[in-house]
Amino acid sequence: MVPLAHVLTLSAALFVLGVAGFIIRRNVITIFMCIELMLNAVNLAFIGFARHLGSLDGQLFVFFVIVVAAAEAAVGLAIIIALFRNHESLTIDEIDSMKL
Amino acid sequence: MPSFYQPGDYQAITPEILLTLFGLAILALDFLLGRGEKWWNALTALLGLGFAAAKLIMFWREVAGQGASYEAFGGRVLLDTFGIYLNLIVVLATALVVLMSARYLEIEKAHHGEYYALLIFSAVGMMLLASGSDLIVLFTALELMALCEYVLTGFLRGSRRSNEAAVKFFLLGAFSSGLLLYGMSLLYGLSGSTRLGPIAEALSHRPANDPLSWMAMITLLAGLFFKIAAVPFHQWTPDAYEGAPTSITAFISVGPKVASFAILLRMLFSAIEPLAAEWKTLTIGVAVATMTLGNLAALTQTNIKRFFGYSTISHVGYLLLGVVAAADGERDGLTAVIIYLLVYAFMNLGAFAVVIMLRRKDLIGDDIDDLAGLMARAPGLAILMLVFLLSLAGIPPLAGFIGKYYIFLSLIETRHYLLAVLAVAYSVVALYYYFRLVVAMFMKPALTHDPLATSAGLRIALAITLAFTLVIGIYPQPFIGYAQEAIRPFFG
Repeated sequence: MVPLAHVLTLSAALFVLGVAGFIIRRNVITIFMCIELMLNAVNLAFIGFARHLGSLDGQLFVFFVIVVAAAEAAVGLAIIIALFRNHESLTIDEIDSMKL
Repeated sequence: MPSFYQPGDYQAITPEILLTLFGLAILALDFLLGRGEKWWNALTALLGLGFAAAKLIMFWREVAGQGASYEAFGGRVLLDTFGIYLNLIVVLATALVVLMSARYLEIEKAHHGEYYALLIFSAVGMMLLASGSDLIVLFTALELMALCEYVLTGFLRGSRRSNEAAVKFFLLGAFSSGLLLYGMSLLYGLSGSTRLGPIAEALSHRPANDPLSWMAMITLLAGLFFKIAAVPFHQWTPDAYEGAPTSITAFISVGPKVASFAILLRMLFSAIEPLAAEWKTLTIGVAVATMTLGNLAALTQTNIKRFFGYSTISHVGYLLLGVVAAADGERDGLTAVIIYLLVYAFMNLGAFAVVIMLRRKDLIGDDIDDLAGLMARAPGLAILMLVFLLSLAGIPPLAGFIGKYYIFLSLIETRHYLLAVLAVAYSVVALYYYFRLVVAMFMKPALTHDPLATSAGLRIALAITLAFTLVIGIYPQPFIGYAQEAIRPFFG
C-alpha cells in the first residue's frame, strides 16, 4: 500500500508543475492544459485523503471535479476557437488589442 | 445524517429549482420566436426572477427574527438570513441586468435566447454559492456561475475585444478555481469532512502554526481573492470589463462580487474561523494594496468600462476593510460589508445603465469623451449619472455614504485608526476621479446630438436603482435592520 505522504508529494509536485506552466507558457492551449494538470493533481490529493481517512466524500468530490473540468473544457475550447477565428494566433502575447 | 433527503430539503432550494426551469424554458421558447419577438425571452426571465424573489421573501419572513436556520440536505445547503439576503441581492441585480439588456443586444445584433438563459443559470450558481455550506456544493455552484460568465463575456463572437476578454477571464478564472480546489482538498484532508462546520471543528484542534492548515488557508484565500478581484489577483478585471458586452460588464461587476463575497465570508467566519488571527493579517495587506491600486489606476483611465473596473477594485478594498473589523469580533464590520454590497449593487448598475445608453450603431460609446456634453443632450440622464457617481464616491445623503460610513465606524471601533485614515484619504482620491466623468458630462461640449438608445426596460432599471440609491441614503434604518438580521448566523 502506497503511504499517504507519497501520494500528497506527487500531487503537490504535479500542482506546482501546472502553476509553473500556467505562468511560463505562452500558447493558450498549453496554458489550458496546465490548468487541467492542476485540477488532476487536486483529484489525486482527494483520492489519497479519501483512502487514508476511509471516507467516501473525497472520491465523490473527484467525480464532481471531473464533470466540472469537462464542462470547462467545452466552454474553454469554444472560446479558444472563436479567438483563433478572430486573431489567427494562439500566442498570448499577440492577443493585446486592449492596453494593460 | 438521514439516509434519504426530506421533502423539506427540496423546498429549501425552490427558488433555484424555479429559476433553472425558467432558464430551460427560455432555451426552448427561443426556437419559437421570430427575430422581432426576442423580448419574450426577457419577459420570461423576469417572470422567473420574480417568482424566485417572492419565494425568497417568504423564506425571509419565516427565518428572520428567530435566529433559526434550516439545514437542508444534511447541512449541505443552509437556509439562513445571510444566504437569503444575498440571494435577494443577486436576484434583483440579475433582474435589473435583464431590463437593461434587450435594447443593447438589438444594437449589437446579438439578441439570442441563450443570453437570458445563461444569465439565469449564472444567477442560480450565485444563489447556491450564497447558501451552500459544503465544499462540493460550493465548488460546483462557483463553476456554474463562472462558466456562464465566460460565455457571456465572449458573447459577441465577431468582436475581437469580446473574444480577448473571454479568453483572459476564462484562463485566469480556471486557474483561480484550481488554487481554490487545492485549498479545499487540504481542508478535506485535515478534517475528513466536506461540510464547513466539521472543518472548523477540526481546524480548532490543530496545533498553532500548523503548516498544512496554513497552506490550506493561503491557497483557499488566493482562489477567493481572484474571484473578488483583490490585488494582486485583479489583472483580469479591467480587460474582462472592457471587452465584455456592456450589459454583461454591469452583471459581472455586481452579481459575482456579491456571490464571491458570500462564499468568502462563509469560509472566513465558519470554516477557517480558528485561523482568524492569521487571515486577518493577510486581509489587511490585501485590502490596503487593493484600495491603493484601484484608486490610483482609476485616475488615468480613458475608457469608461475600464474605469469602472478599477473603481470596482477600490470598492473591494473598502469591503475587505469591513471584513478586517469583523475579524476583531466587531459585528458592525460585517453589517457594513452586507450593507455596502446592497448599496454597491444599485449604484453601480445605475451608472452602467447610463453607459449602456451611449451605445449606438456607429459608436461603441465606452470612451469617457462619449459622455461629453451629456447635460446638453439629455439633462435628466446627466443628473441621474451625477447621483450615481456621487453615491459611488460616498457623498451624503446618498446610499454610498452609508456603506462607507459604517466601514469607517467599524474600523475606528476596532482601533484600526491608520486604516481608517487611509480609507478616508482614498475616498478623496475617488472623489477626484469620479468628478472627471462629471466634468466631461457638464463642462465639455457635446460631440454629437444624436438621441440616446433608451428603452422602457432601461428607464425602469434607472428608476429602481435611483430609488434605492436615494432611499437607502436618506432613510437607512430598515436596511440596517435587515443587514443586522442577515449577519446573525455568524454573530449569534
